[in-house]
Amino acid sequence: MADPVVVVAQEGGTIGSCVSVVGNAIGMPQLCDAWFANQIFWLLAALAAIYFILTRLALPRVGAVLAERQGTISNDLAAAEDLKRQAEDAETAYQSALADARAEANRIARDARDAIKADLDAAIADADDRIAARTAESEAQIAEIRAGAAESVAQVAKDVAREIVQALGGQADEGRIDAAVDSRVKGA
Amino acid sequence: MENDATDDVTAGPVPDNAPAVDAVGVTAEADHGGGLSFHPLDQFIVRPLFGDAGAPVHWYTITNATLWMALAVLCVFALLVLATRGRNIVPSRGQSVAELAYGFIHKMVEDVAGKDALRFFPYIFTLFLFILFANFLALIPMSFSPTSHIAVTAVLALAVFVTVTVVGFVKNGTKFLDLFWVSSAPLALRPVLAVIEVISYFVRPLSHSVRLAGSIMAGHAVLKVFAGFAALTIAAPLSIIGVVAIYGLEVLVAAIQAYVFTILTCVYLKDALHPHH
Repeated sequence: MADPVVVVAQEGGTIGSCVSVVGNAIGMPQLCDAWFANQIFWLLAALAAIYFILTRLALPRVGAVLAERQGTISNDLAAAEDLKRQAEDAETAYQSALADARAEANRIARDARDAIKADLDAAIADADDRIAARTAESEAQIAEIRAGAAESVAQVAKDVAREIVQALGGQADEGRIDAAVDSRVKGA
Repeated sequence: MENDATDDVTAGPVPDNAPAVDAVGVTAEADHGGGLSFHPLDQFIVRPLFGDAGAPVHWYTITNATLWMALAVLCVFALLVLATRGRNIVPSRGQSVAELAYGFIHKMVEDVAGKDALRFFPYIFTLFLFILFANFLALIPMSFSPTSHIAVTAVLALAVFVTVTVVGFVKNGTKFLDLFWVSSAPLALRPVLAVIEVISYFVRPLSHSVRLAGSIMAGHAVLKVFAGFAALTIAAPLSIIGVVAIYGLEVLVAAIQAYVFTILTCVYLKDALHPHH
């Protein structure tokens, strides 16, 4: 086999026990002790590098960001709590203002109602008075008219009686006619 | 050996003039020779990134393992540093993901291991992010999966084991040994339980590391086996469906294994900080 790789492999020596001349693994590569030192060295280097990156750069930064976020969140929560309390205060104030306004409105309405009622009562009373006055006046007139009428009836009756007596040829005695008419009118 | 079993499934005539083995070393035979060959473990080979494919791998050599670990580091940087650049109170999408990951692991450490374990949060977060991104990057075709290697996961698990043991003794002194002395059990049973507890304690790094490496390796090997069947015309549709299905499963496994490794680390840490049953 005149493959250049194979030549190199044979010259290399150390890999001869783990890798065949054609480049295939002999046995488990995991058990090749010629590679242990290399892997362990680079592993420790990698771990050291990661540890360095974490402790110097990443962890302080991420930790700070998380702490800052926690702080921001709790601040925001406190602010939200504060705002909520303010909102509740405003709500209370609003409710009390609303209640006051409602009471005030009721009071105004009641006052207005009372005033109107008083006016109405006064007007009714006035009207009642006027009606009573007019009624009394009317009744007086009626009484007067009635009295006048009765007197006229008596007078007419006396005149009629005298005329009738004269027409019958009698001599009318004023006094007896009057007395007779009066007694009949009263009796009627 | 699995190797023999799999490598010998090379059917059909392999051309005598050795097939082109490209730098990645995947099986090129199937394309050229029309034969069927499985090399599901080739994807785990560590090879130098620069220079000859056959050059020796020293501890400092920049290999494909280096590349994919570095990409994991870059992804961590991109997610946790670049994406959080704005430091927004209302996060951008990237920042939101970074915060989600941070919050997820932070809460896990706090819930599982207790508040006093938060000192170890950067360490645990490092493990989680490394495993998560290494697992996910390994799902890119032709990539290399560092977490499929027992050398890598064993170091991760041993680091946890050593840390937990040291923390346990430093924080509790000899009271840490109460962990093995189950005071709620009948007195006669306690020595037996103590032996079992000690064994299970020392098996922890093994199970901790093999669980991760094993599941990642198995998944990727199965993917390769299914992909190998795609060279056969008859089996191709089934194999492609299989690859898609297994790939979906592997996406799940990638996240779950990172989660499992991390939460087990937290559980072990809880034992070290509060060793009383």
